[in-house]
Amino acid sequence: MTEPHDLTTEAPEATTGAPGAAREAAPDRYPETGAPDETGDLHGVARHVLAKGEADVVIGWEEGRRGVRPAFVTTPDDVERLVFDTRCVHNLATYLNPRRRQVAALGRPAVVIKGCDAKAVAGLLREAQLSRDQVVLIGVRCGGVLEVAELDEPADLTPETVSPRCYRCDNREPHLVDYLVGDPQAEPPRPPKTVDERVAELEDAPVAERWHFWVEEFSRCVRCYACREVCPLCICERCVADKSVPQWIDAASHPRGNLSWNLTRALHLAGRCVECGECERACPSGLPLMLLNRKLAQAVRQRFDYVAGDDPEVPAPVGDYRLDDAEEFIR
Amino acid sequence: MSGDGHADEFEPRITAFVCNWCTYTGADLAGTSRLHMASNVRIIRVPCTGRIDPLFIVKAFERGADGVIVSGCHPADCHYTAGNYHARRRFALFRELAAFVGIDPGRMTFSWVSASEGAKWRDVVNDTVARVRALGPFDEYRRLVDLPDASGESYATIEGLLGRTAP
Repeated sequence: MTEPHDLTTEAPEATTGAPGAAREAAPDRYPETGAPDETGDLHGVARHVLAKGEADVVIGWEEGRRGVRPAFVTTPDDVERLVFDTRCVHNLATYLNPRRRQVAALGRPAVVIKGCDAKAVAGLLREAQLSRDQVVLIGVRCGGVLEVAELDEPADLTPETVSPRCYRCDNREPHLVDYLVGDPQAEPPRPPKTVDERVAELEDAPVAERWHFWVEEFSRCVRCYACREVCPLCICERCVADKSVPQWIDAASHPRGNLSWNLTRALHLAGRCVECGECERACPSGLPLMLLNRKLAQAVRQRFDYVAGDDPEVPAPVGDYRLDDAEEFIR
Repeated sequence: MSGDGHADEFEPRITAFVCNWCTYTGADLAGTSRLHMASNVRIIRVPCTGRIDPLFIVKAFERGADGVIVSGCHPADCHYTAGNYHARRRFALFRELAAFVGIDPGRMTFSWVSASEGAKWRDVVNDTVARVRALGPFDEYRRLVDLPDASGESYATIEGLLGRTAP
């Protein structure tokens, strides 16, 4: 993978391939597929990838009991299971996280990724958690996903049903991929209230009110760490929250530790978070974690002129610096 | 607890995380120069501002600090070349996040104090103490910390642990 971005110029059509070694195989890439529709094409790519031995497992989505669920397809005959529609909220890039040893045991992975997921892959590449030739990336063009996705049938996106984080998505067509499937997608609808508007609303409140709001929210945290486990970029072998000597973060589900934990989680993702929304989706207590993520993304953008993208060559803002960084808060 | 009295009796407790090479030496200079300054600050010396995890600040508040000072070498003066640049980015973000969750930014002071700036250290300390005194004790955080847990037990603050009231 030398040119992560030439896809934009070379592959505008729905069924064309991508850069890298895979391109040589282009003429007979989808011998069994004639279907121009998105899912058919996904099947063709997945079948090809498995049949040609480019990957041992294709990680995608399949029908589950409540909406779709992640699927691990290891034989070409099984690729018909794979689906992609507005219910495919899961960020499957999380399975590339080196902490996931069971997934690694399945062999060389091919992962189906949306635009936001591609940013997470870029994050792993950027931080040397993954090398590009270890993985086959199958990008899907995505026009947004549902906020509540546990549905038996795919549903169209409306302002009420769309996930607010999809608003103004800048990566509806993932770069960085080996294959790109699906038709170009329209911009997701605008939700009644955007994440930015919710952040701004909270920021306009007095400091005591903000404190009250978050203490109330964090008090519901049960410290299951689902937010951490699902996050594609929470990569520490040993999390500071699990350390007991010294115990920086109180382990009990109590407001004091909950505050430390949630601040720490947000801060450790600052400038790294791709806003895929998985932490908030996984949270059993429904904490509005995306507000914290969004707030930090805004700060990172404003202060360091950085927006999480899917180019692994762009350094992340934390761990990097400029000599002339703003320091209006330092005397 | 120190905040229980009238506002004019309140003596804030300030925790200062300072780097070994500049601010600690600067504070030392302030002392050897016999500069008068508020005595509310407990200094914790660390190798570099780059060593200071924002969790240190959270922990200080958790353990009863009313305010926190983070201070180190001026830009381009870092003993380790770039530790303060990294810290600058980190604390810029932490400060915004803390403010967003309702921790008054006035409780936190960030400064560059070199080894020769004893007088500046005095000013940083005095201004921080005055500002935090005006804000009052950080009772919100203390109430949060002291909330009984499921077993009905309350968390020990530093006063509880030491069996005394400070300062």
